[in-house]
Amino acid sequence: MLTVTDLHTYYGESHVLQGLSLTAADGTVTAVLGRNGVGKTTLCRSLLGLTPARAGRIVFHGTDITRLPPYRIHELGISLVPQGRRIFPSLTVRENLAIAARAPKRPAGGAGASRAVWDLQRVLSIFPRLAERGGHRGNELSGGEQQMLAIARALVAEPRLLVLDEPTEGLAPVLVAEVAGVIRRLREEGTSILLAEQNAAFAVKVADYAHVMSKGRVVHSTDPVALWNNEEVKTQLLGVPPSGAASPLRREL
Amino acid sequence: MTYLITQSLNGLFSAALLFLIASGLTLAFGVMKIVNIAHGSFYMLGVYVAYTVILRTGSLLLGAGVALVVVGAVGFLMQRVFLRRFGADPLPQMMMTMGFALLFRDLALMIWGGDPFTLPYPGMLRGSMEAGEVVFPYYRLFVIAVAALVGVALWMVNEKTLIGARLRATVDDPEMASAMGINVARLSGLVFAVGAGLAAFGGVMGGPILGGYAGIDFDLLPLAFVVVIVGGMGSLKGAVVGSIVVGMIDNFGKALVPELSYFTLFAPMILVLALKPTGLYGRA
Repeated sequence: MLTVTDLHTYYGESHVLQGLSLTAADGTVTAVLGRNGVGKTTLCRSLLGLTPARAGRIVFHGTDITRLPPYRIHELGISLVPQGRRIFPSLTVRENLAIAARAPKRPAGGAGASRAVWDLQRVLSIFPRLAERGGHRGNELSGGEQQMLAIARALVAEPRLLVLDEPTEGLAPVLVAEVAGVIRRLREEGTSILLAEQNAAFAVKVADYAHVMSKGRVVHSTDPVALWNNEEVKTQLLGVPPSGAASPLRREL
Repeated sequence: MTYLITQSLNGLFSAALLFLIASGLTLAFGVMKIVNIAHGSFYMLGVYVAYTVILRTGSLLLGAGVALVVVGAVGFLMQRVFLRRFGADPLPQMMMTMGFALLFRDLALMIWGGDPFTLPYPGMLRGSMEAGEVVFPYYRLFVIAVAALVGVALWMVNEKTLIGARLRATVDDPEMASAMGINVARLSGLVFAVGAGLAAFGGVMGGPILGGYAGIDFDLLPLAFVVVIVGGMGSLKGAVVGSIVVGMIDNFGKALVPELSYFTLFAPMILVLALKPTGLYGRA
């Protein structure tokens, strides 16, 4: 579904992604892990066309999207839940959703038939709190509500791929659990997800597959259980303290 | 008292014209972050185009309509063909609008010559309203009412429609707006066109009183900038309040202390900038 090949992305002179390659399979949750500053957010930005890559290729469902403008990539079915939520402060909750919603007609040739339809009603049924807050402006919401709105805003576009950039950052544990629940539910409904997370303990609980980044490259790709049992990768690349800490793989959340 | 009322009405008339000019300037700034030096030229072109149409057809309404559409199209092309090439780089964009302003001025001089003129008053709006001691021309009242209607219409579009929500989203965060599927470049062209059309329309409205002459573009531009800076760049509400503040101050300043008219105009701007650098309703 998504194939990234030898991607190089710069901010001015700073060479952030240095030949990154990865794949993400349809209908799965693919985690991209790594410490702060390895380039996870830059990868998300390049996928969306916000910071286009200077070299390399991003192919999404057979279309080369490497140099398309963001609104075209959005049209093709990639939605972003950005780091820091970035809710539009002067728009109401309803307006935040309305501007991102996909127009009723579907693009021809899309594999849309089998997918769930995320119309406003269904999205609000997952986030009842947002329905209650419909008339409030973005800047009147709490951090947790903003995160839910950011996810809802991405969903109403009926994405074929949902890109989540640090969705648990700054959230209280109870809200982290809620985000985990939402990710699992979306996966069950057949939405593909790319999850960029610094919080590895959270990510391995919801992911089907994990890529570990270091210095702008993917250096380790594996299934989450194997990753969590690999002490070397965990301590050196993910910054997780050596074991003794409780395993996060219990699914009590 | 009569003096006070008359001057206030004159101030409102100035405010009405300023609002027609400044609303487009502030919206363009909000969406594109560009300072459009050619915005006064849109006003000037509006007067000239309307003048030509009125000479040929005698119809003021047609003149206003054609000026709005033609100058709106000029603005649209300017944005789509030239300004968008610089993306979000404000300095080259501003320099380019400066170039356009000079170009438009010479073009106007070439086509229409340098003689000043005024547009004719619409027949039914000749004469003055008399209320006790106060005598005030109907036409000026008409312009105040039209500007108020334009203001309400812009507010409705901005606050109550999907395209208004897209516009506000783009002002809030252009990058996220584009990631949410908004074609920011196309929206910018539209806003620029509407702003240019509104300034041209303002030119037609002001035409019977201020008239048209080479140089009116740069006479009005500083006033429009003061409005936008006082009100807050990108804010429609700011354009309303800023227009009224500047219109009033300019009128009373010129009437009471004519020798200090530039001081009375720019002092409030400096004061606002010192106390609230983003303007009254602007955002950081």
